[in-house]
Amino acid sequence: MSNRQPGTPQHLTPKVKGGSAASEQQDMLRDKTAVSAAGPSQSFEPSSSSTPSAGESCFQAHNVVGGYGVQNIIHGIDLSLIQGEWLTLVGANGSGKSTFLRFLSRILKPSAGTVLLDHQDIHRLNPTTVARKLALLPQQQTLPAGLTVEQLVSLGRSPHQPWWQWELDASGWEKVDQALLWTELESYRHRPVSDLSGGERQRAFLALALAQEPQVLLLDEPTTFLDIHYQLQLLELLRRLNQERSLSIITVLHDINLATRYSDRLAMMRQGKLWAIGPTTEVLTPANLKAVFDVDAVILDTPVGLQICPLAPPDTSGAAP
Amino acid sequence: MQVSRSHLNPSVSARPLARRRTIVPFLALSGGLVLIIAFSLAHGSVSLTVKELWLAILGQGTDVHTTILWDLRLPRVLAALMVGSSLGLAGALLQGMLRNGLASPFLLGISAGAGLVVVLLVGIGIWQIWVPLGAWAGAVFTAVMVYFLACTRNRLSVERLILSGVAFSTFFGAIQSMLLLLSEDGRIQAALTWLIGSLNGRGWKEVSMVWPIFAIAILLGCLLARQVNILSLGDDLATGLGTSLLRSRLMIGAVATILAAGAVSVAGLVGFVGLIVPHGVRLLVGTDYRLVLPFSALGGALVLATADLIARSGPTELPVGVVTSVLGAPVFIWLLYRRSSGGMV
Repeated sequence: MSNRQPGTPQHLTPKVKGGSAASEQQDMLRDKTAVSAAGPSQSFEPSSSSTPSAGESCFQAHNVVGGYGVQNIIHGIDLSLIQGEWLTLVGANGSGKSTFLRFLSRILKPSAGTVLLDHQDIHRLNPTTVARKLALLPQQQTLPAGLTVEQLVSLGRSPHQPWWQWELDASGWEKVDQALLWTELESYRHRPVSDLSGGERQRAFLALALAQEPQVLLLDEPTTFLDIHYQLQLLELLRRLNQERSLSIITVLHDINLATRYSDRLAMMRQGKLWAIGPTTEVLTPANLKAVFDVDAVILDTPVGLQICPLAPPDTSGAAP
Repeated sequence: MQVSRSHLNPSVSARPLARRRTIVPFLALSGGLVLIIAFSLAHGSVSLTVKELWLAILGQGTDVHTTILWDLRLPRVLAALMVGSSLGLAGALLQGMLRNGLASPFLLGISAGAGLVVVLLVGIGIWQIWVPLGAWAGAVFTAVMVYFLACTRNRLSVERLILSGVAFSTFFGAIQSMLLLLSEDGRIQAALTWLIGSLNGRGWKEVSMVWPIFAIAILLGCLLARQVNILSLGDDLATGLGTSLLRSRLMIGAVATILAAGAVSVAGLVGFVGLIVPHGVRLLVGTDYRLVLPFSALGGALVLATADLIARSGPTELPVGVVTSVLGAPVFIWLLYRRSSGGMV
């Protein structure tokens, strides 16, 4: 197409970029392949690159209260996300973690409290302005029949397009290419999204969110429908984005072990409130797990860091006559 | 520094190919349209040869030929083109917005509202002059009521919209049937012709009255293509991409209503065009609404002009709505069959 500019350097792949940054990135890549090939043991590095005190808070929830109808599900949550950190919301079913994420992503409007992005209330800002900084990967996606990967990802540019612009400009296509490169979907570019496997499909929707160029990415249980291989693949990709592009990430994850392994901080939710929040190593205690999930668990030190081993729900032994 | 991008990205060169793929359907549709227009102008109770047609266009033919061409056939063809393109576009807009292939321009209660008003007018004995305006008002009023019912707490859900459309259609349809049963014999005939949809006798008066509205609404409708594309990703993702669901659904619904109401006021309830044309267009150009919307307008014009040509080719003239329904239903069944055998709709 005529509006493409060959040879624009700033978005090239790690493979062709020279200099120290590239070799760092290559290490990351190698690290990533090592995970799937030689097992996870080498990949774990405590990702403490963004210590809470070092960064600046870019995304905050202040006393958020609300629910779907009249009844409140979330009863006042305060939360602050530091630029470049990965925070995971965990909690039992019905604890309100997905609902809370819907408040953070502007899908629902809280009945009280505010959500601030760069110190501005996202529910009052122009939606397009918010969408340029905040992207969402919903849990379940609607798949328009026949839409190709490239068409899907290019829709991620729409918050950056003026309403009269019919077709993406050169820099817009560049961002689309970049997103496809990151998610390793270039060869799928012209395939219909509906033909892809679950893992590839999830990557395609992640590429759409990346094309939005967000500061903050919200993901609602991104690994739910994936097998263990694709779960790790997706989370490793997110870790690369988190570390190399200092993308701030908030995920909702069911799997507490995956949450522990990848996030900087955990926010444990219980009955619509925040039970505990802090660095994973600090909040991952048997007492917290019992309070939040109502299970007895032991914490194990494994090659990938701390992991939990649930023993039994505490009631079963005591309830027997 | 200078790294060839095509080396990294072998599929880059494929994007113009997608553009080339749209040129063929465009040429086919517009070529077909030109042919049908020419046929429609030449064909009729007085057939014109190519030479006579050409002379009449230039105004150098016989007076009879010139009058037939300029005062009878041309406005009717133009009316068919306008009605067809607005029905096609309105159907594509609603199918995209509601993410439902069963949506037609009449889903939002437009047909029932317009039909009720027309049957009322005919029943009272007011005919001709007030029918187009009454149909338009009834269509718009019902669509507004449907939207009003579907809207809750600043939210507008697709399911509520469809359900309230069905509710109003059923209610107004029942009253309309009752009125038809009560009215006198001669009037039932007149009302039925309108309800089925006909272009008989449409002239410059109708065309000159409605063309500016159609032109603006068709332009606006095509400009909404990106909104429709984003809405097709689902509510959550559309919100995440910075779309206001309420606002874009109101805008799309408003444009579709203006288009469908305009079509109804000119030609009555011409069925099936708005339902089928978007499906056919998606087979041709894929699901990108930036292509689907303009192509649906083009395709609708072609389909209705063809149907009208068929309608007035028989020994007695049929209402064009009969032709679209009789031919449309088998086409729709064929499309469904294709879909079940793995075709992409």
